[in-house]
Amino acid sequence: MVVQALKDQGVDVVFGYPGGAVLPIYDEIFQQNEIQHILVRHEQGAVHAAEGYARATGKPGVVLVTSGPGATNAVTGLTDALMDSIPIVVLTGQVPTFMIGNDAFQEADTVGITRPCTKHNWLVKDTEKLSATLHEAFHVATAGRPGPVLVDIPKDVQFASGTYQAPQKGGSRRYQPQVKGDLEAITELVAALETAKRPIFYTGGGVINSGPGASQLLRELVEATGFPITSTLMGLGAYPASGTHWLGMLGMHGLYEANMAMHGCDLMINIGARFDDRITGRVDAFSPNSKKVHIDIDPSSINKVIRVDIPIVGDVAHVLEDMLKIWKARGRKTNKEGLAKWWSQINEWRKVDCLKFEQKGKVIKPQYALKRLEELTKGHDRYICTEVGQHQMWAAQYLNFEDPNRWMTSGGLGTMGYGFPASIGVQMAHPDALVINVAGEASWLMNMQEMGTAMQFNLPVKQFILNNERLGMVRQWQELLHGERYSHSWSESLPDFVKLAEAFGCKGILCKDADDLDDAIMEMINYDGPVIFDCLVEKHENCFPMIPSGEPHNKMLLGEASTKDAIGSKGAVMV
Amino acid sequence: MSALQIKKGSTKHSAYNLRPNFSDVEERHTLAVIVDNEAGVLARVIGLFSGRGYNIESLTVAEIDHAGHLSRITIVTTGTPQVIEQIKAQLGRIVPVHEVHDLTVEGASVERELALFKVEGTGDKRVEALRLADIFRANVVDSTLSSFVFEITGAPEKIDAFAELMRPLGLLEVARTGVAALSRGGAA
Repeated sequence: MVVQALKDQGVDVVFGYPGGAVLPIYDEIFQQNEIQHILVRHEQGAVHAAEGYARATGKPGVVLVTSGPGATNAVTGLTDALMDSIPIVVLTGQVPTFMIGNDAFQEADTVGITRPCTKHNWLVKDTEKLSATLHEAFHVATAGRPGPVLVDIPKDVQFASGTYQAPQKGGSRRYQPQVKGDLEAITELVAALETAKRPIFYTGGGVINSGPGASQLLRELVEATGFPITSTLMGLGAYPASGTHWLGMLGMHGLYEANMAMHGCDLMINIGARFDDRITGRVDAFSPNSKKVHIDIDPSSINKVIRVDIPIVGDVAHVLEDMLKIWKARGRKTNKEGLAKWWSQINEWRKVDCLKFEQKGKVIKPQYALKRLEELTKGHDRYICTEVGQHQMWAAQYLNFEDPNRWMTSGGLGTMGYGFPASIGVQMAHPDALVINVAGEASWLMNMQEMGTAMQFNLPVKQFILNNERLGMVRQWQELLHGERYSHSWSESLPDFVKLAEAFGCKGILCKDADDLDDAIMEMINYDGPVIFDCLVEKHENCFPMIPSGEPHNKMLLGEASTKDAIGSKGAVMV
Repeated sequence: MSALQIKKGSTKHSAYNLRPNFSDVEERHTLAVIVDNEAGVLARVIGLFSGRGYNIESLTVAEIDHAGHLSRITIVTTGTPQVIEQIKAQLGRIVPVHEVHDLTVEGASVERELALFKVEGTGDKRVEALRLADIFRANVVDSTLSSFVFEITGAPEKIDAFAELMRPLGLLEVARTGVAALSRGGAA
């Protein structure tokens, strides 16, 4: 019944790991060929792989794991998906209903443990309700603001037979979030953008979650109005990095021009972003002179952190469509004179060239490695995953994303160990694409067991490891605000990554000389199979620009020079 | 349905739009939350409050519609206007939550609580307790030669006042139900 429900929901791949309490479902999987099961090496890997799959396709990712430890190992992935609004459906086995509460073997209160880290979860105690619950789970995961859901299925419920219900069109009655924005508010927004002198679009992952149509509408809107646009980490690719109105990413490690424009704007149009603390910096000094508009499908995002003037609850694509319609009907007006001045100011800021770096000698700068990676892969059908840390920020700064759904990174939760399994999920969704996981050596080791998965299923994922033998971001913070006391932030006893690759039966490449880099990257791209690329980089490079904790957008640090005592004691308590 | 219903996310109707700015003043609000009567729904609501650091002053829950499997949770909470708005929006996000009403801003409402007081004493104190109970319209629901159990209903302030008076007269134990509340007038 479970497999039938998955098929009816259009599922073609499941990431999972068997165990006692899910054996009946695994037996069903064994007897069919439509759904492919990817055996991971750890349940956390299954959830991240499903996340990668979901983000690269827009479809929900599906995970199947057993009770107890299977379920608890999935918790990090669930929390990650909740923070980043990724639709995934996790099915867990549970001990038989009559044993629940007895501390049975591999029993855990799965719905209790996962209640705060799922959008919703269910314990199905009656086989008659199983199929309807599974369909409801897919509906809740994907409707409104997407997120992870979990269905806990006791073993006796899996064994029993019941009546199967096919999915109903339109999902359940009870969960129907509002998708159309309030027209009065949208008209108010249009009036504001007609007169704004210093407007800016600030977009986020909500544009990508809203589907490719939303990105199309956004592009049309930006081109038609001529407004500058910046994006959060999660929203990269919704507007092309090659677009003339693109300012680059904003936030703590965002570009100078993007953050200065956010600080100085008079109209901020937030589309599907959530004023995260990595974006706002000091809240009471955040963009002090702007009228703020917030388009979000989740009412609880509005006024949570930043008080906005025009709140619009609705799906990004629906709201943008109405907004364009109204704006066109009113004569496509913008404040041309104001905009021209605004752009000349922005171009001044751009001249700072905040991402400049110097590649001297043979030691590879991480920025240089990513610049070369960008140069040598940009023509490919390319998907990028990352782990978490300095390399992640550099990847966001130095790689260019032209389309949505091609950038998978753990933004909200910041999960080290996310990228490698996510790359496996992406490669499953796009078998012929070039899938690269930009990693740090420490993050990568957290889920390196998934190399076995990549080998078993012939997934040619490229693991591009910027190896500085440090927890680079931790080290950077210790340098900046803990008196250069580098407590436990270096990686000792690292494996020989080339030998590790050989042990798994794939290819390992070591590169430590800037002159060899291009050839090595080409070798990685051209190898037909998984590659572990060990790129030894400058060990003490810091990631700039940086807004120090507790400071507003216009107090950015640009380079090594100005970092001494940049973070006050008040800021030091913030992470 | 009240104009201030939050559930379907229409911020136009949010009480927030009536407020010019974030305020630091803590307010006390009574929320009525209509939920599906299913396993775990109370845990979801309570978990939201503990997980996000919101206050609960009082919470009551009971089934109100057996056929429709609906329960009503009445929560008294305190917070700044911003926090109260967040609480309502976060409650509205929970899948089995149907409606969230803020009785404090939706117009006049009535609040009642029931409490049982066990008072021990003899002589003058016993007589005085009985006399005060009469003034407060409390009923005696159990009696021995040296103790009473009083039942009292009323607004929480009335029950607080009664508790203060009973304390010197031999108050042993108190059980309170927490607040139940409804809006006044004909509309639901």
